[in-house]
Amino acid sequence: MTPKPLIQLSGVDKYYGDYHALRGIDLTINEGEFFSLLGPSGCGKTTLLRTIAGFEGVSGGTLMIDGKNMAGVSPNLRPTNMVFQSYAIFPHLSVAENVAFGLRKDPRSKEEKAKAVAEALEMVGLGGYGNRAAHALSGGQRQRVALARALILKPKVLLLDEPLSALDKKMRELMQVELIRLQRQVGITFILVTHDQEEALVMSDRIAVMFEGEIGQLDDPETLYRRPNSKRVAEFIGKMNFLDGTATAEGNRIAVDVAGLGKGDIAADQAPGGMPLGKVTVGIRPETLAIVFEGETTDRRICDAVVDEVVYYGDMTYYDVKVPGVDKPLTISMKNMIGRPVLDVGALTRVAWDERSLVVLAA
Amino acid sequence: MAEGFFKTDRGRAVLLVSPPFLYAFFLLAVPLGAIILFSFWTQDFVTVNTTFTTANYQEFWDKPIYKLLLGRSLYVSGMVTLVTVLSAYPIAYFVSFHVHPTKKSMWLFLITIPFWTSYLIRVFLWKVILGYNGVVNSSLMELGIIHEPLTFILYNVNAVIITLAHAFAPFAILPIFVALEKIDRSFLEASQDLGESKFSTFLRITLPLSMPGLVASVMIVFIPTIGDYVTPELMGGAGGKLIANMIQTQFLQLNNAPMGATLAIIAMVCVTAISLFFIFLNRRWLRGRA
Repeated sequence: MTPKPLIQLSGVDKYYGDYHALRGIDLTINEGEFFSLLGPSGCGKTTLLRTIAGFEGVSGGTLMIDGKNMAGVSPNLRPTNMVFQSYAIFPHLSVAENVAFGLRKDPRSKEEKAKAVAEALEMVGLGGYGNRAAHALSGGQRQRVALARALILKPKVLLLDEPLSALDKKMRELMQVELIRLQRQVGITFILVTHDQEEALVMSDRIAVMFEGEIGQLDDPETLYRRPNSKRVAEFIGKMNFLDGTATAEGNRIAVDVAGLGKGDIAADQAPGGMPLGKVTVGIRPETLAIVFEGETTDRRICDAVVDEVVYYGDMTYYDVKVPGVDKPLTISMKNMIGRPVLDVGALTRVAWDERSLVVLAA
Repeated sequence: MAEGFFKTDRGRAVLLVSPPFLYAFFLLAVPLGAIILFSFWTQDFVTVNTTFTTANYQEFWDKPIYKLLLGRSLYVSGMVTLVTVLSAYPIAYFVSFHVHPTKKSMWLFLITIPFWTSYLIRVFLWKVILGYNGVVNSSLMELGIIHEPLTFILYNVNAVIITLAHAFAPFAILPIFVALEKIDRSFLEASQDLGESKFSTFLRITLPLSMPGLVASVMIVFIPTIGDYVTPELMGGAGGKLIANMIQTQFLQLNNAPMGATLAIIAMVCVTAISLFFIFLNRRWLRGRA
């Protein structure tokens, strides 16, 4: 099935006075997709979401939803519904009245509407909560009410503005899974705004990483993590070691000389930001490096190192190791297993690496 | 022993609560008790007959003038409340929703400007504005809109309502403003997102959520206007006298303190009944508010 475009932005600009909040955004979001806008605070991701919802007008460019130009269409007339960061549960109404809020103009009978409300509450796991007062709800329950209130209207797009940021860690992880399940169940396009890269990676079909009003990279989570196209994307998503290097072209492959590690031969797709030559930055994820413990063998490339710092996480241990020829220590994450000791600071060890896990980025 | 007592927790509590208690007792409870007591006594020319009797209440019931004045007082207070609150709401709404946050305190400051002059002077100023040769009449005549001065704007109930409504405007604006300020702006966006226009959002979100402020305004305006006698005295003319003027007349001119006390008690009971109704209304709106 080919994806059907639902939301199309072309050259969307947004100014607040002199401040350029969105800089020529081109973006297509497909039907039934779980799409995330990810970025540091102030990158314009919330502005972009509010532009789609209709709370902010565009200063330039066009926004189409379901083939219709949204210029001048107010939020109440758009096929979008939003879950607000604060949830915006109306305090003077009961849970059921909150969920039924958008059904005022619905031609269905009172009984049918009550049934729809009960079903919506059931769907978000709040069956039987209809008569509760809104102020008596916990944070997680408020969010479920906000979801039910938006989804009962069967919007084409559900917009979620940092919906999990107010919840504690356990609740957040639970709601992540529930949101994915809910999205599969209703098949509605979800657009999630978040500054939490892990949340975006876990939940999304595709992620747009935004910096300063622009989209830095737009890809599926795996590509984004394994093949970031710039240093700032690589830094923002997960942890990445950066090493200096020199790249020279060899046919359609690149030969890189990485400081401290040595020479490597890499494929073109390991330079997702284009083929930079000369001075480059080489990125390598902590989990693709490995400590070679006493008595272990490896067929990967090896270099000597000294343990500089040890951070024990229970299931994992993070090592910072110094490699000759590199100023900054390299971070390595190792799974803790039976028979594998936790090294001490100052221990001499060996580090295994693989040229296939290198990412070559512009310096 | 006494010194020891004031060192205990109980003693310290007594010490702390004493000044407000004494204040409330001597300045509120004792006068109120005296008024209630007086209302069951009668006046014998220069002396007060202290035999317990409900004759004053009987007199109130029998003479139509008292009921007429009380009815007119309730009508005037009701109208003043209506006019004041209805005109205060848009002002409070404007300041809360359309004035830039950094300028709000300046606006509130400006709203209090009428309070810088004494109440009496403001009443006299309204006389100048509404009078036979006053600002309104002479302007309208100069403009050729009317040929004779309007007479229905001074020395009657309308003049009393206009003057009191102006005097109490800031009292009505502030509680409504506070209630509007407390409304989370995301509620309004959520309502629009759920399909409501700006106007229906006002009816379904803003108005119900500002109801506590509205009810507070109603009570703040209604309760003191029932007891006001300066404005009706100066602005009301013969047909604009209210129950408070009668109370004053009974106490001072007619030297009939027991009857004055009776009227005061009856007016107070009316106000209490109406206030309780509004408090009940407020409870209903406060229900479910965190």
